[in-house]
Amino acid sequence: MKYLDEYRNPKLARQLAHGISEITTHNWTIMEVCGGQTHAIVRFGIDSLLPGEITLLHGPGCPVCVTPVELIDKAIEIAVRPKVIFCSFGDMMRVPGTGKDLLSVKAEGADVRMVYSPFDALKMAVDNPDREIVFFAIGFETTAPANAMAVYQAKKRNIKNFSILVSHVLVPPAIEAILSSDNNRVQGFLAAGHVCAVMGYNEYIPIAGKYHVPIVVTGFEPLDILQGIYMVICQLEKGRAEVENQYSRAVKKDGNPQAIGIMNEVFRIIPRKWRGIGEMPKSGLGLKHEYSEYDAESRFGLTGYRVEESSECISGLILRGIKKPFDCEAFGKNCTPERPLGATMVSSEGACAAYYRYRRIAPNQ
Amino acid sequence: MCLAVPGQIVSIEGNDPLELIGKVSFGGTMRKVNLSCVPEALIGDYVLVHAGMAISIIDASEAELTYQYLKEIDDLATAEDEANEIS
Repeated sequence: MKYLDEYRNPKLARQLAHGISEITTHNWTIMEVCGGQTHAIVRFGIDSLLPGEITLLHGPGCPVCVTPVELIDKAIEIAVRPKVIFCSFGDMMRVPGTGKDLLSVKAEGADVRMVYSPFDALKMAVDNPDREIVFFAIGFETTAPANAMAVYQAKKRNIKNFSILVSHVLVPPAIEAILSSDNNRVQGFLAAGHVCAVMGYNEYIPIAGKYHVPIVVTGFEPLDILQGIYMVICQLEKGRAEVENQYSRAVKKDGNPQAIGIMNEVFRIIPRKWRGIGEMPKSGLGLKHEYSEYDAESRFGLTGYRVEESSECISGLILRGIKKPFDCEAFGKNCTPERPLGATMVSSEGACAAYYRYRRIAPNQ
Repeated sequence: MCLAVPGQIVSIEGNDPLELIGKVSFGGTMRKVNLSCVPEALIGDYVLVHAGMAISIIDASEAELTYQYLKEIDDLATAEDEANEIS
């Protein structure tokens, strides 16, 4: 067992898809929340294996996509300062702010470095005591424990030349925003397996009850996703609305208590603006007061940025499952991954970028 | 972005529970991983790693159950195909 290849068997995938067809008697609309799942669905053509009655909508769970333009502008503003080494996950480097992206300011001479983990950035701070190391801390709940731990260690080890630019968002408020919208189409959710590996799935139980939607915690391999869909359809066909766990090899009901503990030590829940959606209350994380000296925004005096997003872009409607990429006039024309207009085209895990890469032609053409 | 990759713990070092570091093999490629959120992990365990941090120990018996379930679907479908061929 390597816990990877076993879940990619094409013959089993076809059998599972056949099983889904057998139990489906009505039209159903399901949303996968996580961008990693969107990418896998489009890459492996999972939606094309499903019966016509099932529509998959692609949710807002791509942190690169929903990081607001203002924060990217702030990242660039910090990165070009003397003595700064600006560290970021690779996914964030090509995402354009108002004018430029991090890769282009690197080309112009700024010291921007791609890192695999916040711990790499922390080590860089130790190795370069005369430089200011700033880490772009983006992500959902999956990434929050690592980023929290890096800040915790910085404080404990008295590392002063390290700070983080925080853009942390949370999944449950986004699901609630979608379900409480008047034009909501979503009848069932695949919840993001790795977010739940950290947080567990207790938070989803009241949401499933309140809005009467099945929510199935689902993994990322093709067979995981198909099994998650199977479990959602089973519930929908029987009129049930419960939280179930497909990804039991990695997710426990209460999540990972140590990971939640370190998040709660360092972060607090705050309102956050999401690119394409706008500000949502209690939808993100910020540093607690005790750790505010590690907040790059206050360290570099950056507040009060406000940027208008393109009015041509419908990414907000796509992120909420109201529209799909092919519904957009700009898709593939004046909006491409090289010149994106908005959230869902900026990262490979965004629905528009995944469609652009794997599926240029609309299904009915 | 929220992808986490399964890897097998090869060695564990450090006594401070918050600085627990492991060497983890991802199909032969070794990386140092922070294990402080999986303090019960043992050498040989598979962990899910994201951004340099292990966020979960993969439960081998649960993985086996899921896989057996998938195999059962395959076996049922194969039996159905054979029945169709005979009829």
